[in-house]
Amino acid sequence: MALALENGRRQFDYWLTVYKRTWKGTLVSSFLLPLLYLAAMGIGLGSFVDSNGTGALGGVNYLQYIAPGLLASTGLQIAVGEATYPVMSGLKWQKFYYSMIATPLRPADVVYGQFAFIAFRVTSTCLVFLLVIAAFGGLESPLGLLGLPVALLVGMAAAAPVAAYATKLDNDAGFAMIFRFGVVPAFLFSGAFFPVSQLPDWIEWLAYVSPLWHGVELSRDLSLGTVEPWMTVLNLGYLLSWFGIGTWLAVRGFTRKLIG
Amino acid sequence: MSEQRESLVHVRGLRKSYGDFEAVRGIDLDVWRGEAFGFLGPNGAGKSSTMRMIGAVSPASGGTLRILGMDPATEGPSIRARLGVCPQDDTLDTELTVRENLTIYGRYFGLSRAECRLRADELLEFVALTEKAKVKVDELSGGMKRRLTIARSLVSKPDLLLLDEPTTGLDPQARHLLWDKLFRLKQAGVTLIITTHYMDEAEQLCDRLVVMDGGLIAAEGSPAQLIRDYSTREVTELRFGPDVMLADHDALAGKVEDLAQRIEVLPDRLLLYTDDGEHAVAAVHERGLQPAAVLVRRSTLEDVFLRLTGRTLVD
Repeated sequence: MALALENGRRQFDYWLTVYKRTWKGTLVSSFLLPLLYLAAMGIGLGSFVDSNGTGALGGVNYLQYIAPGLLASTGLQIAVGEATYPVMSGLKWQKFYYSMIATPLRPADVVYGQFAFIAFRVTSTCLVFLLVIAAFGGLESPLGLLGLPVALLVGMAAAAPVAAYATKLDNDAGFAMIFRFGVVPAFLFSGAFFPVSQLPDWIEWLAYVSPLWHGVELSRDLSLGTVEPWMTVLNLGYLLSWFGIGTWLAVRGFTRKLIG
Repeated sequence: MSEQRESLVHVRGLRKSYGDFEAVRGIDLDVWRGEAFGFLGPNGAGKSSTMRMIGAVSPASGGTLRILGMDPATEGPSIRARLGVCPQDDTLDTELTVRENLTIYGRYFGLSRAECRLRADELLEFVALTEKAKVKVDELSGGMKRRLTIARSLVSKPDLLLLDEPTTGLDPQARHLLWDKLFRLKQAGVTLIITTHYMDEAEQLCDRLVVMDGGLIAAEGSPAQLIRDYSTREVTELRFGPDVMLADHDALAGKVEDLAQRIEVLPDRLLLYTDDGEHAVAAVHERGLQPAAVLVRRSTLEDVFLRLTGRTLVD
């Protein structure tokens, strides 16, 4: 554990340099898109929804209803983006992982370093997004800040297995599948915009399988103070399992690829 | 050798399989401190697999392997802390600057930032890239990238430097510059292990080498020793002109085969392996043969290599 931390620290300068080089390019995708959703859905659609009364939303306005879910969704999208192309680059294009494991770093250390960077990207992006939400009046109470750690957790829950999957691919065509058939449907049917109980049963059950639904539920329950303890434990446990199993698979995938 | 020799790489019965394919099929060798040791062999001979095992990034499938006295199966990170690795493909980060590639790599070894900066500047001086320090790696020529990769492998001040085909793809100027740097490292006491399929490189750089073929060691010794053991002192090359067919070459070979220890028939010439090339030429003329061109040359490592591994193309 201490060794893993030390080896993670040794990668800090690398990831800092990468971030200095790329942060401008990530601005648009990281901030603009969630901002547009916030404006279109929260304010545009929201004023229409709110005019029919907010009873169905539990007493908050529509912007406040979707804000926790949007935050969690943003966390997931950033994390999946960072677990796909950068991982393939490290293994296939730039091969920087190979130069790392020629040093005292082990494949597992490389995974932890990559994940720490993903966690940083998710946290920093979601923090800025949270401030924007607050500025638009999207936070019902200071409890809304709890959406940030939830966004981080749901991001890592998705990033870990996606990174493991990335080690199995020969080219980046597989990533389009992840976005088209994974991220986008998960986002639309996450419960961020409406309760999934509105959906046909079979889609509803697909939503329950998705980590994002659990993230959205958790985020909203914590933010709006509507926590049901057993449900919160279930959501947390489900997300942690995804992260735990995903990390185990990622370490295995990196080790097989880098050490053969 | 009278003084105590320290084995930095100790290999006995080493094997490596990938599924059903056996890339390395049981090899024995020792690399002594301070020497430059070479692996020669055609593609697929098992050189790179062996190098990756010595680099402690690929577990052995069988046999004994000790690097710097340690077992890579259990002490990989401690071994790699004292190795420098210059891989076959440059794994430089092409979007970072030349200097950043060195300082960041030094951090992986746990060096302080100040120490990394100091060593980066020294190494840039050593490989003549000081002026390129702030340039992105993308903009470097192939030779410069190789030099930077070598500089990077030296950041940790390694006891043992592994170079996998260090000059493949470089122009002659860049190769000679690199050889010069490697020679200076060796003089400074760094132990070098080099894989190559350039015979001149092996003769220039290596004190001792092994020729690998089909996952086994076909021969071992110094370049001079290998030439003595597997070739003759000289080679006489006889060319009979473009009109002479291969079948005629076979007939001609029959007339001179007693003049050499070994004869090789090629489509365009005959090779007579003999210790006295001029004597063989005189004898050929005495027998009334009129070759269009004659060349007497010393045997090279290339003759040894081709004898041991054959002329068949390996893909």
